Amino acid sequence: MPKTTKTLDLAVIRFAGDSGDGMQLTGGRFTDTAAVVGNDISTLPDYPAEIRAPAGSLAGVSAFQIQFSSKEIHTPGDTPGVLVAMNPAALKVHLPELIRGGTIIVNADAFSKKNLTFAGFETNPLEDGSLDDEYIVYSVEMNKMVTHACKGMDLPAKIVLRTRNLFALGILYWMYDRPLEPTENWLETKFAKKPEIAEANKRALNAGYNYGNTAEIFTTRYKIEKATLPSGTYRNINGNYATALGVLAAAEKANLNVFYGGYPITPASDILHAMSSWKQFGVKTFQAEDEIAGIASTIGAAFAGNFAVTATSGPGVALKSEALGLAIITELPLLIINVQRGGPSTGLPTKTEQSDLLQAMYGRNGEAPMPIIAAATPGDCFFAAYEAARVALKYMTPVFLLTDGYLANGSEPWKIPSLDKLPDIETNLIDALPDGEESFLSYQRDAETFGRPWAIPGVAGLEHRIGGLEKKDGPGNVCYEPDNHHQMTVIRQEKVNKVVQEIAPTRIIGETSGDLLILSWGGASGTARSATEQLQEEGFAVSHVNVRWINPLPSDLKDILKQFKKVLIPEINNGQLIKIIRAEYLIDAVGYNVVRGKPLRASLLVEKAKEWLG
Amino acid sequence: MTEKIEFAPLTKKDFVSDQAVRWCPGCGDYAILAQTQKNMPTFGRKKEDFVFVSGIGCSSRFPYYMNTYGFHSIHGRALPIASGVKLANPDLSVWVVTGDGDALSIGGNHFLHTLRRNMDLNILLFNNRIYGLTKGQYSPTSEVGKITKASPFGSLDYPLNPPAVALGSQATFVARTIDRWQSHLASMMERAYHHSGGSFIEVYQNCLIFNDNAFESYTGADKLENVIELKHGEPMVFAKGTKGIKLDGFTPKVVSMDEFSLDDLLVHDETNLDLANIISNWTSHPILPEPIGVIYAINKPTYNEQVDKQIETTIDNLGPGDLEKLLNSGDTWVVE
Repeated sequence: MPKTTKTLDLAVIRFAGDSGDGMQLTGGRFTDTAAVVGNDISTLPDYPAEIRAPAGSLAGVSAFQIQFSSKEIHTPGDTPGVLVAMNPAALKVHLPELIRGGTIIVNADAFSKKNLTFAGFETNPLEDGSLDDEYIVYSVEMNKMVTHACKGMDLPAKIVLRTRNLFALGILYWMYDRPLEPTENWLETKFAKKPEIAEANKRALNAGYNYGNTAEIFTTRYKIEKATLPSGTYRNINGNYATALGVLAAAEKANLNVFYGGYPITPASDILHAMSSWKQFGVKTFQAEDEIAGIASTIGAAFAGNFAVTATSGPGVALKSEALGLAIITELPLLIINVQRGGPSTGLPTKTEQSDLLQAMYGRNGEAPMPIIAAATPGDCFFAAYEAARVALKYMTPVFLLTDGYLANGSEPWKIPSLDKLPDIETNLIDALPDGEESFLSYQRDAETFGRPWAIPGVAGLEHRIGGLEKKDGPGNVCYEPDNHHQMTVIRQEKVNKVVQEIAPTRIIGETSGDLLILSWGGASGTARSATEQLQEEGFAVSHVNVRWINPLPSDLKDILKQFKKVLIPEINNGQLIKIIRAEYLIDAVGYNVVRGKPLRASLLVEKAKEWLG
Repeated sequence: MTEKIEFAPLTKKDFVSDQAVRWCPGCGDYAILAQTQKNMPTFGRKKEDFVFVSGIGCSSRFPYYMNTYGFHSIHGRALPIASGVKLANPDLSVWVVTGDGDALSIGGNHFLHTLRRNMDLNILLFNNRIYGLTKGQYSPTSEVGKITKASPFGSLDYPLNPPAVALGSQATFVARTIDRWQSHLASMMERAYHHSGGSFIEVYQNCLIFNDNAFESYTGADKLENVIELKHGEPMVFAKGTKGIKLDGFTPKVVSMDEFSLDDLLVHDETNLDLANIISNWTSHPILPEPIGVIYAINKPTYNEQVDKQIETTIDNLGPGDLEKLLNSGDTWVVE
């Protein structure tokens, strides 16, 4: 049968299997290959909270979705066109999201009676014809195939069967005309000490590729050309790693040592992992006994002159809240990162959500304002972390960086920045009594930033005491005077307001006025951008703005909002930014809120927008 | 740690801040503050290298009165904050002032873990067996049946035994002293200062207002009958040499020196953990005297030293970090 090749702009594929099937690894390899080929990419790992739920169960299904394209893309795609299902449970869980007419590739050997029953199938969908009308199904006996491929290797069957994911990957590489070398090289490095494992996986990968090539059932391959990205050197990066790199870059620019104090929590732990691997950069990491000790140690380190950072997720922020108030009243520079996940309480630990914005804004006792910046894409986590650090050090304040589970684990091609081009970072460090002062005034402020001097222990003549009790403006001694407290309350807010001078002009995607503005923040940015582009293509007067700084909001935002008849705010929460926008600008904005633990779908946002466009 | 550096010798006055002390008149905290201010200059260290960190409670106001760097933080969190200070700058002499509620109740978790790590901090726990600043509720070291505003029918909680908790947490230095035993207090502080690693000193401190005379038997006229001063390598005698302690199996017994000689007595060895565990259980004992002094002291690498060492070793092995290189690591590709 002749094979035909079709050229596509983009494709969305999803790998799904048991937690032990190596789906994250498979997706990661496909992603790196797509990046090396030069596609624009966006990924969405989706894994369960349980490390190994019972094999074959619905709860144990782990998945990885990737969109790759010859054009610029902003999301991992709404619904996949190709689903690789390594067992019945994976098919059961992910079939509802596959597009009609989509392709299903299954490991037929996993469709045993036991697995089918476990997944809730009464009959075998591969045999009962239920899939045939709506999908193109490729049922491949992968167990048999890899066993055959690894014949003569003298490896236990269990080990051989573990290469099934590479076989499936091989089929996909054939389907999308991808090179095998990057994956083969990766396998050789990964299993350098176990060459037989590397060999078995390589055989499985090649067998999958050759199966696609020779098997009569596959008739079409797809070609997705290189994307035209701005020139530069690129790497594939996820949000957590980008965040960690941003912290390191800021410390280097500020000429400070990093102190990272934290407690393991999903999905923020990878930041701790990255930081702890950078001893050669002098990074000190402290895995504390709890979330509170994590932030308390960073407050101590900030007092002693380090660039102090902690990262956590919502439940951890709840525990750190009192200490954040201390960082605010002591006016110490601190970076706190919240990799948001589904809540409330333990909620959905491995899924994404944007529901901690109001916690960041208001979740502390007393009037306790803090600057808040939210990263928009995985790669933007680097720049957002850098900017947060710059503001913390310049203004002497803790700063919140909000990312989320999707940004943290999702990845995209990232143009590696040149360190020289990053803005300089100023600190308020002093090493002697300022001119004209007889005794040290620890709360004497810089007029432009309201930053107070950073006098660190060890410096002679600047001994002073700070703490959680109200301070006298100027000298910084404990002060209970009513008027001083009022003044300090105003000053702490004013300091945050002053950060507005750091915010770059707001970028509008589309015209500066029109019928509808889609206003996003954080991880919903990509969806908002995709939906906007689609609506624009259809001729609607729609524009998109993503806000990175949320406290304070950019000074030009008010005028921008007024130029649109309607403002639509998509968020993965019950409507949080919308409350701030409505309160701040008295604008009758409307929300689009879906809280499924997954990124919003651009297609559904488009539908929602059309309701308002008439 | 006692580097002799060229600078003008300091006096007590150098360590007195300009802030008015606001403890209740007659509070035991005054005596501890005075001893601290008197002792610091004798360590031969620059004033700017001392940091006092506290949590919340009466005792935690302490840093405001020391003319050093100081941090009055939030309830229970002095230890992790001090840990951050020490890790960021290990050249500092970091002192934590805390109370029985601050360290053992709300901050109990940090107490365990800070000691376990052997973080090089000097911890002064002012134990008055009551919550003072909140006006008199029972604390985690209050005796059972204590009548307070929060326990009008008597408290039901069994108290913690701080030195036993410290030993259970793998502390490398555990001592006890009493606010009114001024020179003893000074010598314990000096020992703590010279100890490399986490030093824990429990200071029995009288709260005149809410728990007066809690330690009367250790500070009153017959105090020597009720207190034994532990001295490394010396037999355990007390009551002006008239009584001693002898081990009967694992059980310590008070014996009369009329019947026994010094050779019969238990000899204190502050490096012996088994002995330290036995001694720590004499706390508030109905028969045995209250032990004060260094219960346990051993040397062990500190957490902060090892953090620095790990960084040095990594730099030796890998060379100093190159950020440009790190940014460009992994699979990269060039778009023209």
